[in-house]
Amino acid sequence: MYEGVVQDLIDELGRLPGVGPKSAQRIAFYLLQADPADVRRLVEVLTTVKEKVRFCATCGNVSEEELCRICRDPRRDTTMICVVEESKDVIAIEKTREFRGTYHVLGGAISPIEGIGPDNLRIRELMTRLANVEIKELILATDPNLEGEATATYLARLVKGMGFTVSRLASGLPVGGDLEYADEVTLGRAFEGRRSLEY
Amino acid sequence: MGLYRDEAIVLRTQKLGEADRIVTLLTREHGQLRAVAKGVRRTTSRFGSRLEPATHVDLQLHTGKNLEIVTQAETINPYGDVISRDYQKWTVASAMLETAERFTSMEHEPALQQFLLLFSALRSLSTSSHDASLILDAFLLRSLAVGGYAPSFSQCSRCGASGPHRWFSLVAGGSVCVDCRPTGSATSATDTLELLTALLTGDWDSAETSTPRARREASGLVAAYLSWHMERNLRSLPLVERV
Repeated sequence: MYEGVVQDLIDELGRLPGVGPKSAQRIAFYLLQADPADVRRLVEVLTTVKEKVRFCATCGNVSEEELCRICRDPRRDTTMICVVEESKDVIAIEKTREFRGTYHVLGGAISPIEGIGPDNLRIRELMTRLANVEIKELILATDPNLEGEATATYLARLVKGMGFTVSRLASGLPVGGDLEYADEVTLGRAFEGRRSLEY
Repeated sequence: MGLYRDEAIVLRTQKLGEADRIVTLLTREHGQLRAVAKGVRRTTSRFGSRLEPATHVDLQLHTGKNLEIVTQAETINPYGDVISRDYQKWTVASAMLETAERFTSMEHEPALQQFLLLFSALRSLSTSSHDASLILDAFLLRSLAVGGYAPSFSQCSRCGASGPHRWFSLVAGGSVCVDCRPTGSATSATDTLELLTALLTGDWDSAETSTPRARREASGLVAAYLSWHMERNLRSLPLVERV
């Protein structure tokens, strides 16, 4: 145990995800030896992030203003909405530079075993959005695990007959992997979604 | 125990660290186990979908310090994949997995009957051999029976007088006759009790012919009986879609 404030710092750092007691101690001593200006900058960023960051009123993504950067951008195609579980997924899709539409962040997936039902997610907001804006395609990009799959199934059933295309991200073999190690479900889906090669 | 092999059904998964998961398993020989699946959340993981909930797998496990470690996994039946394509079935399967987890809470204690019960219920659900809601009620009743809480429907659970009796008491453990009924007993229709008996004994022919009203009443009684004996409500049960 260290004295007073040093131990407090170690304890606080130890509460962060993925930081164990040893790592917390290492970070604490790094901060003690670091340049005061660097530490001040870190403190400022931490304070600002808590004060400024909120959730976009339209899509639920993290934002510093009423609307997030993507929802504010007039070049974005608002007739396409991509539904994702978390803000982290928006960034992952943005990195691909394949999608020019807008997003909707659900805030998780339906998981009855954890007590999370449709009412605990931003599904009602999605339905309001779908009713008020002209939509051509709704892309369900929830995680390719069972909870994500079940959430996509639920949403697809909910918006049935609303007059736009509903699509689901393809599942299949990861680039850079070996076919022999692919599990049966993934390989089965890869077969289901195979495409013809025409030159 | 070093390295060993067992057959299991995945009950639940929880995220651990950067890319790992803790999977709660109901195994054929070792009862409930909690094991770490390393790197399973990476898209290039060799486990892929094999350790998703409701999947029936053949596993190689290694005894770790606190938890077991999954070293190899092969799918036997990918029930979860079929079930997650139908929302009602997914909610039913979630309630079954949570029930099985609660009834086998002692880790490493063999629970073969509970394993076989869950296995057949998931198989029926994925092949749609019966109505999903009936499969759930039959599973819950039989889990209670395996756990030693078998309700009595054909005779009075207090004095043993043969019935059917109109009253049903959670406290007494099933049907009760007019003389034995404690205060607060619910009244139930004869066809509801017949349905409950059919579900408990596996008489699917008569269960399938039951009326929607009897099914609704039976589901309500089963849910109440279950939460009374488990002393805690199942989180997934209120989210089950009953059609």
